[in-house]
Amino acid sequence: MQKQEILDNLKQRFKDDIIDFFDKSPRRLYVGIKPEALVKISTYVFKDLGARFNIASGIDCRRHIEILYHFTFDDINLTVSLRVILSRDTPRIDSLAKTFEAANWIEREMHELLGIDFTGHPDLRKLLLPENWPDGSYPLRYDYKEWDKDAIRDRGV
Amino acid sequence: MSKKTIVPIGPYHPLQEEPEFFTLTVEGERVVDIDVRIGYNHRGIEKLSESKTFDQSTFLVERICGICSTSHPFALVEAVEDISGIEIPLRAQYIRTIIAEGERIHSHLLWLGLAGHFLGYNTVYMWAWKLREEILDVMEILSGNRNNYAMFKPGGVRRDIKSEDIPVVLKKIDSIIPTLEMLKKAIADDPVLHARTKGVGILTKEEAIDYSALGPVARASGVAKDVRKNSPYAAYDKVDWQIIVTPNGDVFDKLLLRVLEAFESIKILKACLTALPQGEIDAGIKNIPSGEGIGRIEAPRGECFHYVRSDGTNRPVRHKVRAPTFMNLPTYKATVVGETISDATIILAAIDPCYCCTERLAVRDIKGKHLYNGQNLVKLSQEKTERIRKKYGQK
Repeated sequence: MQKQEILDNLKQRFKDDIIDFFDKSPRRLYVGIKPEALVKISTYVFKDLGARFNIASGIDCRRHIEILYHFTFDDINLTVSLRVILSRDTPRIDSLAKTFEAANWIEREMHELLGIDFTGHPDLRKLLLPENWPDGSYPLRYDYKEWDKDAIRDRGV
Repeated sequence: MSKKTIVPIGPYHPLQEEPEFFTLTVEGERVVDIDVRIGYNHRGIEKLSESKTFDQSTFLVERICGICSTSHPFALVEAVEDISGIEIPLRAQYIRTIIAEGERIHSHLLWLGLAGHFLGYNTVYMWAWKLREEILDVMEILSGNRNNYAMFKPGGVRRDIKSEDIPVVLKKIDSIIPTLEMLKKAIADDPVLHARTKGVGILTKEEAIDYSALGPVARASGVAKDVRKNSPYAAYDKVDWQIIVTPNGDVFDKLLLRVLEAFESIKILKACLTALPQGEIDAGIKNIPSGEGIGRIEAPRGECFHYVRSDGTNRPVRHKVRAPTFMNLPTYKATVVGETISDATIILAAIDPCYCCTERLAVRDIKGKHLYNGQNLVKLSQEKTERIRKKYGQK
């Protein structure tokens, strides 16, 4: 399947769910989608089109939170990134971990570092941060404040 | 009915060289469930990278991992070049390939040595690490460092390869081939090794796809995916080489695959050194435009993925690092369940896990890859069984 075919297929099947396309280069494609359509589009891309899930990357954009789900079609050398925009106050999106195991850890990571709630994730325990890390303190948010006053930090002196 | 027992390993366990907490649930000798708790050395490199310039960032990410220290800067510069869309000079592309392949050989040999050690084959361990020493010498001649080569910068490489060094390096590389051949034969023909690793810890092709496993782990399960072939970067499309794929997904296939891959890497390394073109080594990037870029390269353990977003200043707004072990380590769950506890070690080792990368944490001792020694674990397991026996008054 070629890139144009993938583009046409996506456009045809999900025309109500896709917000925009950004064809950055022959090897990169960014697709803005509605958050509620994430699971069905990802399932289609992963299971039906046979793409590989690279990773997701969450970004705090100050006004909103953005997640990019990167998929790669290895045969035709194309990386498709699905972009969803979530509200910053209650970032919530359906989990992909049930659809494919590869999304399990990264959703746990985004949950603790950015405070995104993944509905339906089987196991949203902390992955990287310690157990005593307080809820509501998210290190990758731009307004993150150091909470542990007792921690020994290297101040570079 | 046998009773389930939980065997906690870590986080700070004398047999582990990096802190990681494993909870094995066993029934008798058989592992029925496993849970991994990572994060004991989380350093927050992604956050730190937001405060560094693109030039400084290459040095920062180089320190994510001590074994595959070139793969992270490589992916980062690919991502930055993806943002700006520039072509780098041909000579720089070749030099990048040479450094990356040298690193792959040393990483695979290091792993081979450790695998031998786990299985009680300390001769393999000694031989493999002796060969690795030659490769480290080669890297020292080429880059000035045995590790953390500091060769990469957005737009090219920092240091040129001197033409008078090339014959010396080629001779050194040629000198390791006979010994590596011997090791390959020893692995392929040894009946004890077969008994220990064949059919152990199988990762099926379907599971490999479901977990999106990468690199040698996926290729040993018959998934022929290699970023170097699928998405050629640097000089990988300019030299002749093959993807190595083995079909069974067990520990033996992973073992053999890495040895065969080391041969392919030697081939690429020699071809690049012989055909090294003349010219500039740096495209001289002045400004990084705003935008987002993805860098994907094949590290020794699989695809290394960097996502960088720039707002037009000299620092990234967001820098996401995804190391291959982050995708490969969860496959442990699929491979180790149902196996005996004494095989758990080698199955985990077969993934070639690198916790440093997974957590973007502190550089450890270069041996910081394996968890515990197989024999000790067997002992641990036997003691545990003994304890349970005593507890329940069974014979």
